[in-house]
Amino acid sequence: MSLATPVLEGNRLALARLLTQIENDTEAGRVALNELYPYTGKAHLVGVTGAPGTGKSSLVNQLARYYRHPPETETALKIGIVAVDPSSPFTGGAILGDRVRMRDLAGDPGVFIRSMASRGSLGGLATTTASIVQVMDAAGFEMILIETVGAGQAEVEIARLAHTTLVIEAPGLGDDIQAIKAGILEIADILVINKADRPGVENAERALRGNLELAHPSKRLINMYSETAHHAAPTVASQHFQGENSELIWSPPILKTIATEGVGIAEVGLEILRHYQYLVDSGELKRREKARLSAELDLLLQATLVQRWRDSIPDNRYQHVLGQIVERKLSPWQAVQRLLSQST
Amino acid sequence: MSGRKIRGLVAKPGLDGHDRGAKVVARALRDSGMEVIYTGLRQTPEMIAEAALQEDVDVVGLSILSGAHMALVPRILELLKANQQDNVRVFIGGIIPDEDVPRLMEIGVVGVYGPGTLTDDIIRDVRSAVSSVSST
Ligand SMILES: Nc1nc2c(ncn2[C@@H]2O[C@H](COP(=O)(O)OP(=O)(O)OP(=O)(O)O)[C@@H](O)[C@H]2O)c(=O)[nH]1
Ligand SMILES: [Mg+2]
Repeated sequence: MSLATPVLEGNRLALARLLTQIENDTEAGRVALNELYPYTGKAHLVGVTGAPGTGKSSLVNQLARYYRHPPETETALKIGIVAVDPSSPFTGGAILGDRVRMRDLAGDPGVFIRSMASRGSLGGLATTTASIVQVMDAAGFEMILIETVGAGQAEVEIARLAHTTLVIEAPGLGDDIQAIKAGILEIADILVINKADRPGVENAERALRGNLELAHPSKRLINMYSETAHHAAPTVASQHFQGENSELIWSPPILKTIATEGVGIAEVGLEILRHYQYLVDSGELKRREKARLSAELDLLLQATLVQRWRDSIPDNRYQHVLGQIVERKLSPWQAVQRLLSQST
Repeated sequence: MSGRKIRGLVAKPGLDGHDRGAKVVARALRDSGMEVIYTGLRQTPEMIAEAALQEDVDVVGLSILSGAHMALVPRILELLKANQQDNVRVFIGGIIPDEDVPRLMEIGVVGVYGPGTLTDDIIRDVRSAVSSVSST
């Protein structure tokens, strides 16, 4: 039987086992992914990134609780959580410790938590994280919270994968806020200053606000999605966003939380939903989706074409040209010209 | 190497608050190349079984110093079985009196390790326990 069927039926063990297949990039896993693909695209993907120890896992725990027990007017969402931690570059092993902060979610059948190791990938996610998220999406989780490694560098990959990206800061990480340098503000849809019980919150907020003014949001959209951002004027004017004829532009809010005590969580929870609404109303959701899928398709095409071409020529021809590059007789670009003209 | 990573869960059931041993074992397993989910202190058997399921682990290591092992361990094995996770190998570390060991092994525990055990021995046992599962 296909691995996909029981997953669609809500079998948690089948889901867990399929996730392992996906992580190990097996043939059975790929087949199941193909079968599940038509069922994907429904979940709201929320990225949570920020330097180590800022409180990402604690916040994910609280947000999941919030959406599981929302205020009376809202319905509870089924929540999937994917938490990525770094693999050791030396042994390939990893300690995945994010669940320690998520014990409040134990025993809730509407929550599914999966830890994964980055397995050598450097962008804050593992190479299979997107596929893991897809499977959870198909399995019916309505919101998927994705916690990145949090290496403190620009973890841009999460912004590509997630619809809504939260950047978590905490006071006292240094005199100023460290992660600001890494251009991380540019990927933030929502900024959270966690550990607001700690001294230095005001400084942190001031620093963030100052830097945000530099990273103008409209610039940001055009930079990230340059091909598509020009011709797709926002069609729906939403009452959430400023006056009548101003463009639909999202300016990232700065929110303060104390994740360990659940303070400020509802505000973040609401803001995440409001951002999704903005993405829908502005047409940005469709644009981002298309840009992401286009990039994914291009990557797959490249890999497949290269493989097909390599299989079609004798290896010694390739090795010969490679040797000439090593000896500086051909530049890589000349080598490509040579290889491609010879093979026709 | 089978190419497939061994995934383990290291948990501390019961109420005692010392997780040093658990952390030492988690690190040793990591250093041997495994991926180890660490869940922290005061886990109920239900929490442990649920995490083992969601994480699809091959092995569960329990650190128990409280003396409650004869209540906790059978319950955890029962829950794993109820979840159709009979394939998961369970080992225990901590303070376990010798006379309890045969009973624990009888109900399905693959190894019991007292203070002073070399982590290399644990790693070797875990590897062979896991490979005996996947080859059947
Ligand atoms: N004082 C205070 N401590 C907090 C708060 N939120 C989290 N912490 C503590 O900060 C530490 C790190 O929290 P985590 O949630 O594990 O942080 P993280 O960003 O997920 O950490 P990594 O995944 O290791 O990068 C823990 O000891 C938490 O208890 C907060 O609002 N205030
Ligand atoms: Mg964490």
